[in-house]
Amino acid sequence: MSLTRAHAISPFKKKGDIAPPRKKLKVPRLFIFLCLSPWLFGIIFFTAYPMVSSFYQSFTKFNLIETPQWVGLDNFHRMFFEDDDFWKALKNTIWISAISIPLRICFAIFTAWVLTKPKRGSSIYRTIFFLPSMVPAVAGTMAFTYIFNPAYGPINKMLEAIGIKEPPFWFMDPAWSKWGLILLGLWGIGDTMIIFLAGLLDVPTSLYEAAELEGASGWQSFRYITLPLMTPVIFFSTVTGVIGSFQYFTQAYVASGQVNDYSHSMYFYATHIYHSAFKAYEMGYASALAWVLLVITLLCTLVILKTQKRWVHYPNGSLFK
Amino acid sequence: MSTYTPEKLAEIDTHSRKARRAKKWNQFLHMVGNHSLLIGLSAIFILPLYLVVVISLMSKGQAETRSLWPHPFVWHNYIDIFTAVPFLKWTLNTLFVSIMGTIGTVVSSVPPAYVLSRLQWKGRQTTFLIILSTMMLPGQVTMIPVYIIFSRLHWIPSFLPLIVPSFFASAFSIFLLRQFFTSIPDEISDAARIDGCSEFKLMMRIIVPLAKPAISAIALFAFLGSWNDFFGPLLYIVENEDLWTLGIGLNAFQGIHHVDTNMMMTASALFMAPVIIIFFFSQKVFIEGVTLTGVKG
Repeated sequence: MSLTRAHAISPFKKKGDIAPPRKKLKVPRLFIFLCLSPWLFGIIFFTAYPMVSSFYQSFTKFNLIETPQWVGLDNFHRMFFEDDDFWKALKNTIWISAISIPLRICFAIFTAWVLTKPKRGSSIYRTIFFLPSMVPAVAGTMAFTYIFNPAYGPINKMLEAIGIKEPPFWFMDPAWSKWGLILLGLWGIGDTMIIFLAGLLDVPTSLYEAAELEGASGWQSFRYITLPLMTPVIFFSTVTGVIGSFQYFTQAYVASGQVNDYSHSMYFYATHIYHSAFKAYEMGYASALAWVLLVITLLCTLVILKTQKRWVHYPNGSLFK
Repeated sequence: MSTYTPEKLAEIDTHSRKARRAKKWNQFLHMVGNHSLLIGLSAIFILPLYLVVVISLMSKGQAETRSLWPHPFVWHNYIDIFTAVPFLKWTLNTLFVSIMGTIGTVVSSVPPAYVLSRLQWKGRQTTFLIILSTMMLPGQVTMIPVYIIFSRLHWIPSFLPLIVPSFFASAFSIFLLRQFFTSIPDEISDAARIDGCSEFKLMMRIIVPLAKPAISAIALFAFLGSWNDFFGPLLYIVENEDLWTLGIGLNAFQGIHHVDTNMMMTASALFMAPVIIIFFFSQKVFIEGVTLTGVKG
């Protein structure tokens, strides 16, 4: 005799008493289709078609007015062998990602970890730490270029007051402008910090208590309990950080407009795409740049995914939780 | 015979009292240490905001002297800004685009999230995976053809390219809502279905009210996303000054000659203010939203 689910859990189960068959609900196909239709329309016209179209355009010369002209691999040849700006943008992007992604993760863990310490009053600190990540990118960047201005910004005055004799010129100096952007990014750490904070609060306190009983120091319990349990979050932030850094645009664009960045020290990959497409109107070339960006992002993500077995620790043994 | 003589007991008592006092002292030191660290960090996070407000209240001359306190307070900077540049128009434009974008996102993201979480059907997992992968797709890849579509429709410059796409659901919002919808017990739906409730009614009358926190989270993210957006307006409305948003207007400040530099901070402060006020009133919704998905919109 096959037991239905309803039968098995029925408290009135008796021998010979067969629960009424559960009415099979019809899958409302029309309803599902209607619900999905806005998304379907969007993915066809704003994602699928544009992807195919930009893939095709990356092999053409196209200035928006005339019809696209097939040029084969010319765009890619030009990118790798003739376009100095491409290499400049790529180098700047790799430089800033290599420094800011690890820095951001360390700073996010640190701020989140500090927030878990006090017994009372941590919510007010959390609000303050989170707040800057809400500030509009344009306003935040304007503020930073102003207050870090060597001539009339107060930051350098403060640095001099605490004994730094010749503070850097920040955004005005090509050697320091990227550090200005990195500081701007660290200021807006809030959203990353919240994810780490949620992770930290998930760590069972019993683990820490056990470690304390065994005589582990604060650093040891951080190194051997907190850090391993945080690796999934670190992994996730690394992946999103890499994807994000190749699209880094607004802050760099606004800052370089504010200080006349002639030496292109804040010229990043996304800026190069923007300039090629909407200043030079080379849509074909810009599409080729965008596809190279996609390939680079995918490769980086794949590399991080490949290494995750070695350092990412999933408590339940599942790969994707 | 007990070895605990009264003297011995008194000794133990003072020892334990000492130990307790030492422990308390230790805890106190820890607390002081933690809080000073937190206060120090808070000061660093607040400093740029403080400086913006302070500089925004200075005269032009003083704003360029690296001062830390306005002398005198030039309150009418906050009035002059509206006459020096079309600040009110920029604000209204930004507000219009943000509100329309929010409506579009909410209306179009709830139904897909509903069918992806509350109904069983073939292809559900695949659809969800496609949505997740579009979240990871860099916008630059689709940007140019989308721009071409809008230019063929003669929608540039206008608000339409900024508003219309939000009516076709955002992957991020679907994802956030789906996470929340999944946590609502199935029994609720089953009960309603047995009572003959239609699927549409079930969604609108039962699930949507239960998912208010998640819906307010996506509405907030959508609103702030448009309010803070710079790249979209840069592509689509820059050519027509009547359509400028706050971000575009602020970025163009340097090119407007008759505006003083301290006004840039006045404008920045006014641009940040609504976001900060909204955040103070809704931080719980906000932080839950970020934690639920692991990303900010």
